[in-house]
Amino acid sequence: MARETPEVPMASMADIAFMLLIFFLVATTMDMDAGLQRVLPPMPEDDQIDDDQQIRERNVFIVLVNARDQLMVEGENIPIELLRERAKEFIANPNDEPHLPEKEMREVQYFGEYPVSRQVISLQNDRGTSYGMYIRVQNELAAAYRELRDELAQDQFGRRFNALRDTEQEAVREIFPMRISEAEPREVGGS
Amino acid sequence: MPKISVAALPDIVFMLLFFFMVSTTMREVTTMVTQSLPEATEVARLEKRSLVSNIYIGTPLPAYQSLYGTSPRIQLDDSFADVEDIAQFIASEREARDESEIPHMTTSLRVDQYTRMGIVTDVKQALRRANALRINYSSRETETVMD
Repeated sequence: MARETPEVPMASMADIAFMLLIFFLVATTMDMDAGLQRVLPPMPEDDQIDDDQQIRERNVFIVLVNARDQLMVEGENIPIELLRERAKEFIANPNDEPHLPEKEMREVQYFGEYPVSRQVISLQNDRGTSYGMYIRVQNELAAAYRELRDELAQDQFGRRFNALRDTEQEAVREIFPMRISEAEPREVGGS
Repeated sequence: MPKISVAALPDIVFMLLFFFMVSTTMREVTTMVTQSLPEATEVARLEKRSLVSNIYIGTPLPAYQSLYGTSPRIQLDDSFADVEDIAQFIASEREARDESEIPHMTTSLRVDQYTRMGIVTDVKQALRRANALRINYSSRETETVMD
């Protein structure tokens, strides 16, 4: 005589699944860590001579942010919306202006002899500057480099910088290297 | 009145469950400081999570304010710390990893946007002294940065 198999109740399955679901909702996070990646300069050795003076004034783009989150670029008070344009003009120096960075002919792959500007951006902030403002400034400067690289990549290869091959990216990066120097901490003032 | 069949309910819930299991990662530490990260457009993803050590900076959450005050503090792993503890933290993070991976390690600064730069600068100087030079300013990705 065949025994009748008892039916397993399925009604509580949903409850069990809900419990698991809630556990995973609570114990996990969604956000991938993303951000602006930078490399800090190594600590200077004690016997190293301060070589700040070796960079000529026209090659440095000075960005100051004070404790009230106000921006001063090359001695001029400007709103942050204008920073990107100013930085781009400085980095590329398209019209070879005498007050903007000098250029040096360099042999670059895919481009041949190319005038590479000797730009350096110097960023200084006060201890009272808000971190949000600091990141906005960093972001605008990064955007200036990215736009210039994109424009150059578009002209030369007909594609955006991110779509280029590794060696091509390397060449574009050699023409517009990101040089953001942060001065040794000091008080800028304005609190 | 006809009953609504609930037979498909477990299937739906399981589908949600699998979605969350696949798309999320386990939370490693409970943050004890405020974490309103700044917004940025030029962000890049951190690729290898296992090579990232996190430093959290922000105002202690209300539950901790009676003990730790309301000025911004540093959190390393599961406890509040001072700038002097960072060298020790970096050393222990390095110890936990393969020697060949050490040059690729990144320190992610997860700093609340309303923090003043003073404490961030101190942390950066400590990282320079510890020779942990690759850093990431953790930010949320947006299309345009608003005021």
